[in-house]
Amino acid sequence: MPKHQLDPNNWIKLYSDYLFNYTITRVNDRVIAQDLVSETFLAGLKSMANFKGEASERTWLISILKRKIIDYYRKINSNKGKAEVRMNYNSDTDAEGDWLEERVADPFDKTAEDKLENLELGDAIYDCLGKLPEKQAEVFKMKTILGYDTETICNELEITASNLWVIIHRARTALADCMQKNWF
Amino acid sequence: MKKSFLFISCEEAHHICDKRQYGEATGWERVKLGIRLSWCRITRAYSNRNNKLTEVMQKAEVDCLKNDERDKLKKQFEEELAKHQ
Repeated sequence: MPKHQLDPNNWIKLYSDYLFNYTITRVNDRVIAQDLVSETFLAGLKSMANFKGEASERTWLISILKRKIIDYYRKINSNKGKAEVRMNYNSDTDAEGDWLEERVADPFDKTAEDKLENLELGDAIYDCLGKLPEKQAEVFKMKTILGYDTETICNELEITASNLWVIIHRARTALADCMQKNWF
Repeated sequence: MKKSFLFISCEEAHHICDKRQYGEATGWERVKLGIRLSWCRITRAYSNRNNKLTEVMQKAEVDCLKNDERDKLKKQFEEELAKHQ
């Protein structure tokens, strides 16, 4: 009996946000990220017979997604050679000679280590979000990640403002507990 | 001066603290929370953890699908799923 089993009926509900976050932090384009996630689910569906049940459903989907992201970069890199390289130089004559300095890397920009840490932090947050009841996770994401205002969420989910704040309170308490164990 | 005018319960303090994370606490609520924070250890601990959670959420720059995006994805997937079942 395999340790894990696939249930594609729950994939969108359980993994779409996690996979989307994983993708957008790597491709930096909302539409492309959605396409890659969609392709991942479809590829998963087609290769369900290959699932051995040794890894969790999420790990298996992530492994498919990683290949999709690599394919995406391979594709755009193979197109790069064909593209004409253009560079806009500063036309301001007073700043003549300064253009090179203006184009060097910003020392205060995020380093690769910062980015890696943020990716890991994002994964830890999604692990904790996955442990919340569905409604709490939904309200928390709408309020905290998407930044919707209270009225919009209340209208969309047909809940009162006080209901919303109770849900937010429970979600934040549970998340803080979970993050304390795994990250803080 | 009535005691209830300035003093708030622990639950109310937590509620204001939650609202403050989203910039939705009024000036007066922030004053009441500040007074509670000055003497209540439990509220202070809650507030610190809450602030830390906000900080990591901002630092991680996590993202998720909007409802219409998820609905579109779901529709596409369900059409494909129906063919497999």
